[in-house]
Amino acid sequence: MNAPDSPDAILDIHDMTVAYDRRPVLWNIDLTLPEPGLIAIVGPNGAGKSTLIKAVMGLVPVVSGRVSVWGQSVEQQRQRIGYVPQRESVDWDFPINVLETVLMGTYGQLGWFRRPKAKHRQWALECLERVGMQDFATRQIGQLSGGQQQRVFLARALAQDAHLYFMDEPMAGVDAATERIIFELLENLRNAGRAIVLVHHDLRTVAEYFDEVVLLNVRIVASGPVATTFTPEKLQATYGGRLSILDTMSEAVRSQQESV
Amino acid sequence: MFLTQTTLVLVGTVLLGITAGLVGTFAYLRRRALAGDVIAHAALPGLCLAFLITQSHSMSVLLAGALITGVAGAFLMSLLRRVSRLRQDAILGTVLSIAYGLGIALTRAIQNHYRNERGADLESFIIGRAATMLKGDVLQIGAATIGCGIVVLVIYKELKLLSFDESFCRVQGWPATRLDLLLMFLTAVTVIAGLPAVGVVLTAALLIIPAAAARFWTDRLSHMMAISAGMGGVSGAVGTLLSARLDQMPTGPLVVLTASSLFVVSWMLAPKRGWLWNRGVSREELATAAEEILAANPSGGPEVAS
Repeated sequence: MNAPDSPDAILDIHDMTVAYDRRPVLWNIDLTLPEPGLIAIVGPNGAGKSTLIKAVMGLVPVVSGRVSVWGQSVEQQRQRIGYVPQRESVDWDFPINVLETVLMGTYGQLGWFRRPKAKHRQWALECLERVGMQDFATRQIGQLSGGQQQRVFLARALAQDAHLYFMDEPMAGVDAATERIIFELLENLRNAGRAIVLVHHDLRTVAEYFDEVVLLNVRIVASGPVATTFTPEKLQATYGGRLSILDTMSEAVRSQQESV
Repeated sequence: MFLTQTTLVLVGTVLLGITAGLVGTFAYLRRRALAGDVIAHAALPGLCLAFLITQSHSMSVLLAGALITGVAGAFLMSLLRRVSRLRQDAILGTVLSIAYGLGIALTRAIQNHYRNERGADLESFIIGRAATMLKGDVLQIGAATIGCGIVVLVIYKELKLLSFDESFCRVQGWPATRLDLLLMFLTAVTVIAGLPAVGVVLTAALLIIPAAAARFWTDRLSHMMAISAGMGGVSGAVGTLLSARLDQMPTGPLVVLTASSLFVVSWMLAPKRGWLWNRGVSREELATAAEEILAANPSGGPEVAS
């Protein structure tokens, strides 16, 4: 990251600014992701973590800046981009079952008017199996626990068969079993050469699982390999004067460094 | 004539009910059910303006005017939401009342001015007057509703995605804004097609009630659409037949009351989601269920963010 602009970078964000009601939420973001890997975006509440990935995907308007993926516009590369939104962003009482939800991941490839066929169903079931949810295929999505719902969203993203994934806090509010399953899945994706950009809130797991980290607080405070970027000084710069959090963090960093 | 007046009206209201059931399912799930009500009320001034400008009594000319102001009302609503920071309910109430007040004033003014000579019977659109619909009217309305119904079935997959998860829909590259506008347009056409038979005040009920009733019976969108369309069609038929039997009873209110009865039955009796089904769940049972969940999933609770 922070490598010189390369036209073939998986993701290249240049000079991006986003504002809500004239208040900047992201300021002058420059970020280059040259290689596949597992990338965490961390920062305090209100730092613009979710907004960053939403702006990249064109879900919120940007004031300025440009984004390219594999040297092309996001619009041209939609088929290769996968998304896991925040769990709270949808109505879980919607009349739809687990398999139908996962099948939505195939809609992009299906295109207009075509309906999913047996082979798409088979594929969706495989994706469900990878998150350990195959036994729930016919459940209404509202009858699942939070962790199970999160896994359904991940299965839907897997069904997209994308090369670049954006995930918005997939570990928020999930049980330990789900967190293990998700991390295992993310590592498999990374090993298969996929890039995953993940908004993350749990600083304790950053050093253990991620390759790179982006420290964000409206601006990018630092970004790069976890070993050189995820340091107490840079975290302090990111989280500012929030001392209560800082203590927990430096503790987390210390324990990680000891365990590595 | 092959068709009696009752059969003619029956065909119109059944088609209307079916399409309103289909379109209404998505309006309901997108939480846009009240937008239909705003469109219906905003249609009234359009009917009047269409008559004043063209002096035509043709149903399609009047309804075209209604469609224009109905859609304009819907746009005004979304514009206000973006620029005014007013709450959604305040915006709905405001646009609806202004349009309706304007419409009522115009219909009365037209009525007074033309007396009985060449005035169009615009007041009949307020609660509808199915009994006086002509064969040509029914054919045009029937064609419009069938068209809307077909469009909904053809883009079922796309509307389902849009309704469930709009941002995922956008990320996949679907034109979510245009799909949304199309759904709004289908809603508007359905509402406008309902005006002659059911009227400005009650047409939106046909979008909301069958869809809301259908939700009680199923957890699948495709089934919900089928049930909603079925209930809409049955309401149209029963309401029309009752109105033909009962002297002087208007069709629109009877159609809506039939739909409402189906709603009450659904709410009471439907398995799983119905009132009767859930009535027996006691505090103790809930506590036991909670314990079971916790036992099966010891680390259960949400992780506390550090």
